Amino acid sequence: MSNSKKYLQEEIIRTSGVNPKKCMRCGKCSATCPAYDEMEYHPHQFVYMVESGNIEPLLESDSLYRCLTCFACVDRCPRSVEPAKLVEAVRLAAIRKQGNNRMTANDVPELIDDETPQQLIVSAFRKYTK
Amino acid sequence: MQVKEYKPLIVAFCCNWCSYAGADLAGNNRLNYPADVKIIRVPCSCRVNPMFVLRAFQRGADGVILCGCHPGDCHYTSGNYYTRRRMALLFSMLDYLCIERERTRVEWVSAAEGAKFAATMNDFAEKVAALGENKRLEDLRCKK
Amino acid sequence: MQRIGVFVCWCGSNIAGTVDVVAVAEALKKEPGVVFSANYQYMCSQAGQDLIKNAIKEHNLTGIVVCSCSPRMHEATFRKTAAAAGLNPYMVEIANIREQCSWVHKEMPIGTEKAIILGKAAVAKVNLNTPLVPGESPVTKRALVIGGGIAGIQTALDIADAGFEVDIVEKKPTIGGKMAQLDKTFPTLDCAACILTPKMVDVAQNEKIRIFSYSEVTDVKGFVGNFDVTIKKKARYVKEELCTGCGACTEKCPMKKVPNDFNLNMDTKRAIYIPFAQAVPKVATIDPDYCNMLKNGKCGVCSKVCAAGAIDYTQKDEFIEEKYGAIVVATGFNPISMDKFDEFAYNQSKDVITSLEFERLTNAAGPTAGKLLRPSDHKHPEKIVFVQCVGSRCDACNEKGKEYCSKICCMYTAKHAMLTRDKYPDTEVYVFYIDVRTPGKNFDEFYRRAVEEYGVHYIKGMVGKVVPEGDKLIVQASDLLDNKQLKIEADLVVLAAAIEPDKSARPLATLLTASMDTNDFFTEAHPKLRPVESPTAGVFLSGACQGPKDIPETVAQAGAAASKVIGLLAKDKLTGNPCVAHSNEMMCNGCSSCERVCPYGAITYEDKEFRMPDRTTLMRRIAVVNPAVCQGCGCCTVACPSGAMDLKGFASEQIIAEVDAICK
Repeated sequence: MSNSKKYLQEEIIRTSGVNPKKCMRCGKCSATCPAYDEMEYHPHQFVYMVESGNIEPLLESDSLYRCLTCFACVDRCPRSVEPAKLVEAVRLAAIRKQGNNRMTANDVPELIDDETPQQLIVSAFRKYTK
Repeated sequence: MQVKEYKPLIVAFCCNWCSYAGADLAGNNRLNYPADVKIIRVPCSCRVNPMFVLRAFQRGADGVILCGCHPGDCHYTSGNYYTRRRMALLFSMLDYLCIERERTRVEWVSAAEGAKFAATMNDFAEKVAALGENKRLEDLRCKK
Repeated sequence: MQRIGVFVCWCGSNIAGTVDVVAVAEALKKEPGVVFSANYQYMCSQAGQDLIKNAIKEHNLTGIVVCSCSPRMHEATFRKTAAAAGLNPYMVEIANIREQCSWVHKEMPIGTEKAIILGKAAVAKVNLNTPLVPGESPVTKRALVIGGGIAGIQTALDIADAGFEVDIVEKKPTIGGKMAQLDKTFPTLDCAACILTPKMVDVAQNEKIRIFSYSEVTDVKGFVGNFDVTIKKKARYVKEELCTGCGACTEKCPMKKVPNDFNLNMDTKRAIYIPFAQAVPKVATIDPDYCNMLKNGKCGVCSKVCAAGAIDYTQKDEFIEEKYGAIVVATGFNPISMDKFDEFAYNQSKDVITSLEFERLTNAAGPTAGKLLRPSDHKHPEKIVFVQCVGSRCDACNEKGKEYCSKICCMYTAKHAMLTRDKYPDTEVYVFYIDVRTPGKNFDEFYRRAVEEYGVHYIKGMVGKVVPEGDKLIVQASDLLDNKQLKIEADLVVLAAAIEPDKSARPLATLLTASMDTNDFFTEAHPKLRPVESPTAGVFLSGACQGPKDIPETVAQAGAAASKVIGLLAKDKLTGNPCVAHSNEMMCNGCSSCERVCPYGAITYEDKEFRMPDRTTLMRRIAVVNPAVCQGCGCCTVACPSGAMDLKGFASEQIIAEVDAICK
């Protein structure tokens, strides 16, 4: 695996807190997924592709945005692998990649006003900053 | 005055069922390790009272190593787990007293690991020799 | 002061090649206590042993040190030699100057120096040795088997066959266990009842075997060879010795709506019942939770119809005390509860069943008389989905299931699928699997037959959820090889539930001081070499209480456990290892530290009266080690905060003397 691939894989494992090696390939995540038919890559494939470091196709895929984050897979996975968290981490990586620092720390004071919840700014900052 | 070549003094406690047999196997296979290592046979590594380790250092030992069965393989089911915990505590205390970590060790050696026994003893003796004499705990009154 | 003799062996050139044996013998002669030293070519030879014997007699030696090969090689030899010369065999110490000296060092001066130090350490130790005598204890020549399933039955039969008396304690009203509930057995498909019930009859007719059915073990005292066991015989409100098992009462009892646990509550029984036709003992039992007579004193029909006059509404629990030499645990298993697996709709639909329930549904003696009918509407199912690994192989942090593979599910699911296709070829059968694990004689062939000959659809993937819709069950599952999500309209869903040890195992383990793993399976004394013995001496393991097992394996283990029991009971007396722990009662403060670390439960406490100098008496709690149970690991000696606990043969004083000798 090339270094950049490895770096991406490590980043996704770290940000998601998921250990894809725990997967025993039972496919219960995909069996339970309500958005299965919408997806090009299915939850069990996400886990396997992250484990093997083949993440580029995932970043390009629409499947990322088809996941409803319903966490049915997280609830039912017998091995506590938590595929939805992986999907979220890959989604985050994709957004960061597109974003290229769309937001810096200096932008934050301007955005603060009484109506915007602070949590929104924090999560936007987390998402749009590399 | 002639300077005597420094030879470390190492005490090894070996459990009867795994490590002592491992040491015997090292002998059977003629695997060399330094003569500085002297083995004391105990029924189980959990028989080793921290007091014995302190006594060895007090009497001028330069390193103490405990060898037991691999975790899960203890002849007495759980003895080596007690060893592991007790020695973790003892060694961290010794560390606090400036007895270097390299002078103490717990190693799991099975009856089939003669080569591992010899390699462990070679490595341990080398590390202890590099540290030099242990004077921190040595009781000079014990010197004759 | 000891009079010690030192004997240095040459071992041909094995030792003498690198160690100056003469110098060693000379040097050790100067050690305190040493009155004699000698060297000889082969100390273990007859001539060498005679040399030792003569020296012991001639010089009145009280202890000897043999500098030779490893004690693992010839310690026993030299102990026998010493004993033959009238010296206590535990007054012998070996200095290992071959394996741990001459063979690993090449230069003579280094080898000689080390050999002298090792010899000095052995001399220092033997100076503090005391004569030890192994303890003896008698053996009660009877065995107790706890659990009356196939494991317990086989163990009892094998022990009785060797001529020893055996008692079986079974908590249910009949022996037979899980196997009695099964329909057919893999991989040969013989009917379970046909092979089990003759064994049950053998048990009943064997003069050496007594059955305590509807009973539980409530207390265990004592140790190997001498267990005192209290058995609670629960009141069944029927006099066992009078009941003929005619069944008149079970037909006439007006209380008809009692859930039948033998059929896993899929039908009902009466308040007075015999679990199944071939029950042993064939004696009726009244369920006090449902019987009107016991609840409010109105009824008494059974007593009127009983020609034998066996009904006794005033019966009370009875406690029986018995003595045994050995105890076999055969408490077996249960399928886990499906309550936490909401996704399979087990609690929502009657047509989602476990494999054991399926077993009853296909059993000719079951609630449907062997016809495969849906529990909800008694229609014939046209599409059946089997789900494997439900609750098995889960992650450690998963609260629903178990970490281990339940081992038997792959095979019984293949059996169910095959039998269904055999009897009802119009029925579509799907099996969802993660891996098919069929290691066993004729097992994989059996599974392949289910696929190839009987056309069972095996799909790699797991079922995600089951949704009841109308009279159908919508099964949503993944097909991993085809990369598809499937939706199957099934009529019946069968869950291969993981198996777990019976709930009675944990309290029993506490009574027996037998150790268990985190899953409540009993642990073996050694996972490979002593698989049917518990670390607690005199307690043996049989069947699924030790780990998931199929019937052939259970029977094999039952026989192995029986042979271990027979080996124990065949002895008149047990001779223990004398190197055991003992506590100094003057120093012990009864803190329980030693008891907590003892893996064998060898330490108990007693209150002992001490006389004080001022003539008053004082009661103090002190630790007492049972030498028949202690294995001599010495863990307690280190745990003891007051230094009261010590190990004979490896006393703290002796080990410190060795350390001192080495560090001098």
